[in-house]
Amino acid sequence: MAVTTRSLTLPAALLILVLFPLFGSSFYVGLLTRILILAIFAMSLDLLIGYTGLVSFGHAAFFGIGGYALAIAFQDATTIHLWQALPLSLAAALAALVVGWISIRTSGIYFIMITLAFGQMFFYYFFESPRYGGDDGIFLFFKPVLMIGTESILNLENENTFYYFALGCLVTGYLLLAMILRAPFGKVITAIKANEHRVRALGYSINRYKLVSFVIAGTLAGLAGFLEGAHSGYVNPSYMSWHSSGIAIAIAIVVLGGMGTLYGPIVGAFIVVLLQDFLPSLTEHWQLLFGGIVISVALFLPRGATSLLPRILSRRQTTRPDSPPPEDGPREPADG
Amino acid sequence: MTRPAEVPILEAEELHTYYGASHILHGISLSIRTGETLSLMGRNGMGKTTLLRSLLGLTPPRRGTVKVHGRDMTGAPPQKIVRRGIAFVPEDRGIFPNLTVRENLVMAARPGPTGRRDWDLTRILDTFPRLAERTSNMGNHLSGGEQQMLTVGRALMTNPDLLILDEATEGLAPLIRKEIWSVVRTIKQSGIAVVIVDKDIKSLLKLADRNIIISKGRIVYEGDSADLAAKPEIHTRYLGV
Repeated sequence: MAVTTRSLTLPAALLILVLFPLFGSSFYVGLLTRILILAIFAMSLDLLIGYTGLVSFGHAAFFGIGGYALAIAFQDATTIHLWQALPLSLAAALAALVVGWISIRTSGIYFIMITLAFGQMFFYYFFESPRYGGDDGIFLFFKPVLMIGTESILNLENENTFYYFALGCLVTGYLLLAMILRAPFGKVITAIKANEHRVRALGYSINRYKLVSFVIAGTLAGLAGFLEGAHSGYVNPSYMSWHSSGIAIAIAIVVLGGMGTLYGPIVGAFIVVLLQDFLPSLTEHWQLLFGGIVISVALFLPRGATSLLPRILSRRQTTRPDSPPPEDGPREPADG
Repeated sequence: MTRPAEVPILEAEELHTYYGASHILHGISLSIRTGETLSLMGRNGMGKTTLLRSLLGLTPPRRGTVKVHGRDMTGAPPQKIVRRGIAFVPEDRGIFPNLTVRENLVMAARPGPTGRRDWDLTRILDTFPRLAERTSNMGNHLSGGEQQMLTVGRALMTNPDLLILDEATEGLAPLIRKEIWSVVRTIKQSGIAVVIVDKDIKSLLKLADRNIIISKGRIVYEGDSADLAAKPEIHTRYLGV
């Protein structure tokens, strides 16, 4: 049941996103691009929190590194070639490999603390470094272009083109993660979340699986940071800070949308950015409202806002005499 | 007892295991040969589970050696020991509640250490028709007996040479117990060596080639089933029946 709901909702949502620039103003296309980028970041965090059971507080560092890698390499360039720039987001993969290799040796609260410490290390490194602009960050005056010879085939200077590029990255990332999670690898990391001792007793080296998951998530976060840097033309240390734009918001997105589903974080990114856009027009103390909403969802919808839709649909179905009871119906699909 | 040419699957020598300061195993030695069924009996708290955990590296012994297929694996991490062809069904039915029955089985699939692929999903589902009816149920939407079958099935998916069952029938309804015992018999007949810890002495005696009784961390009796069946005084002394 839930599967058919999802198989209809997802393409419909994608269709709306594809058609949006034809109707929306360029302001909203820009806003939506920001949402898509944030969705990639949140999805990568969900791979850790929702599937592998690794609550990483240092994930924003990889987002920041993706952005800084682009900004540092091209701060004086007049043309940013996409094929040169995009591989730079792999700097985040390298950082994730090092941070992950050390962090996964701990678990529980120690894992949270050590990843937080790494995140703060990266934050203060860029915050204090005059070479990379300190807390002012780095400005980028050009957006990446994809050129063959002298012919430009993809110029991200165009807001609509950037939008479709970000959408393409999100869809590719989603499909990639869905594939990974459907493979035996995905089942093993899901099992690690439930009980890592059992997984070890089955003969799996859990640290290796955790590390691979950590690096995949870090790479994807780096891609999101790369896109954010390219989109806003500005990279600063607050990308990596744990409170303002970084990890706290990302965790709120994952919780609001629904942990352990790949589409949850995407929906969560929409909810969070739109709330951040809308709430300040209501009251000066909008963050109080925002916090209240996050707390209510965590309390009353522990599987996130996306669990509402199947629930509503199954309730409608139970009024028919021959339908199954609701507790058998909507199983939140864990296989993305 | 062992022919010199034959290397046991699992061989433990003089195991001393501690939990902190308390000395649990006092020098236990045992070996399991290919295709052999060994029962492990003893009252609660005598060290049966600790012995299994020591063999698997989950609670490494402080002294003594564990050899798997002749290779010294003492102190190796559990996943390395297990990879050499041992499957463990723990006491607490280690299913994964957040995976479906099918996913629980498939995630464990691998060929045996010698490349054997006797057990696959189809054969497991044939062996456990109850699981075949519930392949898309989540692990926690199963009865206790079904969970136990799932754990045994998952263990078989690794194509082991040796299957270790810790209290596999505990707390299950008599009919389900019977089903589990019959599956264990099938496993034994397929040539897999089995180590069983259980309290059902009658069923164990019918099944086991050799029996070991543990008391206070020491082996106090070792013998075949006919011998043990003929010595009721041992039952009352060490097993309380």
